[in-house]
Amino acid sequence: MKRVQFEHSSIPYLFIAPQIVIIAVFFLWPAGQAVHQSFLLEDAFGLSSQFVWFKNYTDTIGDASWLQAAWFTAVFSALVTFLSLGIALLLAVKANEVIRGARAYRTTLMWAYAIAPPVAGLMGNLMFHPLIGDLYKFLNAIGWDFNHKLDSFDAGFVVVLIAVWKQVSVNFIFFLSGLQGISKAVNEAALMDCKSPTRRFWTITFPLLAPTTFFLMVINITYAFFETFGIIDTTTGGAPGGSTNTLVYKVFQDGFRGADLGGSSAQSVVLMVIVLVLTVIQFRFIERKVHY
Amino acid sequence: MKKTIIKTILAAGIAAIAIPASAKTELQWWHAMGGRLGEVVDEIATNYNASQSEYEIIPTYKGGYEDTMTAGIAAFRAKQQPHIIQIFDAGAATIINAPGATIPVADLMQEYGKGFDIEDYIEGVRYFYADSAGKMIGMPFNASTPLLYFNKEAFAKAGITNPPATWEEFEEMAPKLKAAGYTALAQSHSPWILSENFHSRHNLQLATGNNGYDSTDVEILYNNDSMKMHWGKMKEWLDNGHYGFYGRAWGDNQDAFVQKKVAMWMGSSGSFGGLKKSTDFEFGTTFLPYWKSVIDEPKGTFIGGAALFAMSGKPDAEYKGVADFFSYMTNPANQVFWHKETGYVPITTAAYDVAKAEGYYNESPDAEVGILQLSQPGGEWTKGYRLGYYVQIRDVMYSKFDDIFSGKSSVDDAFAEMEAESNKLLARFAATYK
Repeated sequence: MKRVQFEHSSIPYLFIAPQIVIIAVFFLWPAGQAVHQSFLLEDAFGLSSQFVWFKNYTDTIGDASWLQAAWFTAVFSALVTFLSLGIALLLAVKANEVIRGARAYRTTLMWAYAIAPPVAGLMGNLMFHPLIGDLYKFLNAIGWDFNHKLDSFDAGFVVVLIAVWKQVSVNFIFFLSGLQGISKAVNEAALMDCKSPTRRFWTITFPLLAPTTFFLMVINITYAFFETFGIIDTTTGGAPGGSTNTLVYKVFQDGFRGADLGGSSAQSVVLMVIVLVLTVIQFRFIERKVHY
Repeated sequence: MKKTIIKTILAAGIAAIAIPASAKTELQWWHAMGGRLGEVVDEIATNYNASQSEYEIIPTYKGGYEDTMTAGIAAFRAKQQPHIIQIFDAGAATIINAPGATIPVADLMQEYGKGFDIEDYIEGVRYFYADSAGKMIGMPFNASTPLLYFNKEAFAKAGITNPPATWEEFEEMAPKLKAAGYTALAQSHSPWILSENFHSRHNLQLATGNNGYDSTDVEILYNNDSMKMHWGKMKEWLDNGHYGFYGRAWGDNQDAFVQKKVAMWMGSSGSFGGLKKSTDFEFGTTFLPYWKSVIDEPKGTFIGGAALFAMSGKPDAEYKGVADFFSYMTNPANQVFWHKETGYVPITTAAYDVAKAEGYYNESPDAEVGILQLSQPGGEWTKGYRLGYYVQIRDVMYSKFDDIFSGKSSVDDAFAEMEAESNKLLARFAATYK
């Protein structure tokens, strides 16, 4: 096939200009400011400022509380991504097979999609309230000595549960539409060749869903890293003992609550690099296995 | 046609520029008072605007204390700062140590207002927002102090007549309350009540450099025997069911008192009004308990809450307005109004005298407990503290207290870590704010 070549003109640049402007104003410029600020020790009001090279990095990165937050972020993101993808896939596959009342099932499962993370956090807070929370009472009644105010495992459980619950419906929508995009003919052909539904799923359906899964994985990791901020803020606030602090939440706490702009900027630059590396890994190593 | 349109636009433009010049001078006031407190703030502003014709004060609610401070910082950096900003106790070091971010209230009143005498303010309020020389920088606004609230029904059930004056007495009555079906104690702010004011009450130094007033190059002294003894006891009480921990959130611990799970609760003198509405039992208030083993004659506490700061970079004429508003707000009538509506303490002795003369404390004696505690004899270490990055230090403290309660750290380890992490933050602050 002959490739179509357009004559060089400035029109394409004109078309992408708005996008470039948006990226420059809302990403490049603030990111540059953060990098600049991360080399300064400056009072909050910007009245005195000194250039200190990497002091902000050495002071904050590698600090016990930062390492704790980094470790929690890694575990938390892995759990949230894996669980919310896994559960959503299971639900989507099952909902796809339902014939009677399919619409009702699907609508119910999609419902939580419209809930913002901080709202999900507030709801979770109510359910896990030590005085009036039903889930809190239930977990204690079944013999789990549950106390998320003091036990870091229990606190982690609370934030993971809420974060997964909120994200499952987003993933569900994508998986369901992905499943419906798989041609009936392929499924029917597979049905003739293989009796086991599990095997059919792993050899036919799952590979065909791979583009959706990969896309969702990228989205979910970003979600776990950044958007769960609202959930952490409204539920544990990093407690107990800083064990549910994520890196983003720590940037917020140091910079916005604590007015330490240099330290907070250094942390956000490091976070930016981590996410950059993660994204490169995803696209270089995992995307290769995806067939579109 | 075109010309007339242009003319109209020009005329409108000129009119728009001209209007503010003839109208009142606008003064922006950013505050952190939500809910009922915000309504009272609005009422004060409305009354002030009606009381004179030169200035128009415009109060704007900016969210919680931290949000308000962050908004003020961002606005200042963008040269859009308000005239007056409310900054809370833990943020005081940040604004006071930033060179020239504010105009000290003492200077403001001298230069633009009707003069200033620090002796007009009551003892526990006087020096909290002052510099090391005793010059007041921020005007105390919503001043409260921690108190012990107790459920009279619970005490009657347990056969106890008086609330505990000392922690030793508390230890004796806690088992009785437990037998009557109550956890003895909860509290809502461990850094403020059981650390900062613990030091004031027992007249203990909490940081080097005159509690941080003299310099930013200071170290924290929380890792001391009295504190460790007290927090060892707290853990013991938690394990014995004499202390209830409902998380770090203020409200959750207060709710435990309202729902009669705990018999005593330590909160703010400003909580009084809210409790009066939400409880269905009779309760009383009293001073914070102290350890007889640490001090024979306990000292007073100092204030919590926030102060109003006049931000720099405005024209002289507008500062005249700010000074005028400050003197309006601190006049006895308005202080008494604020005191009665919110439960915060009046900050001047004149206002306190007016409230007394009106017989306000005869009808609600509990409203006076906070002021009495603040007016108790001061000691060397009762005027307050001034520590940088104290918001983060409080977070460190909360974390270490969690670790003590959960058994993750021993009391000694927790306090050693608290000291090390706090000193690291203080050193960063000292390097930034020289």
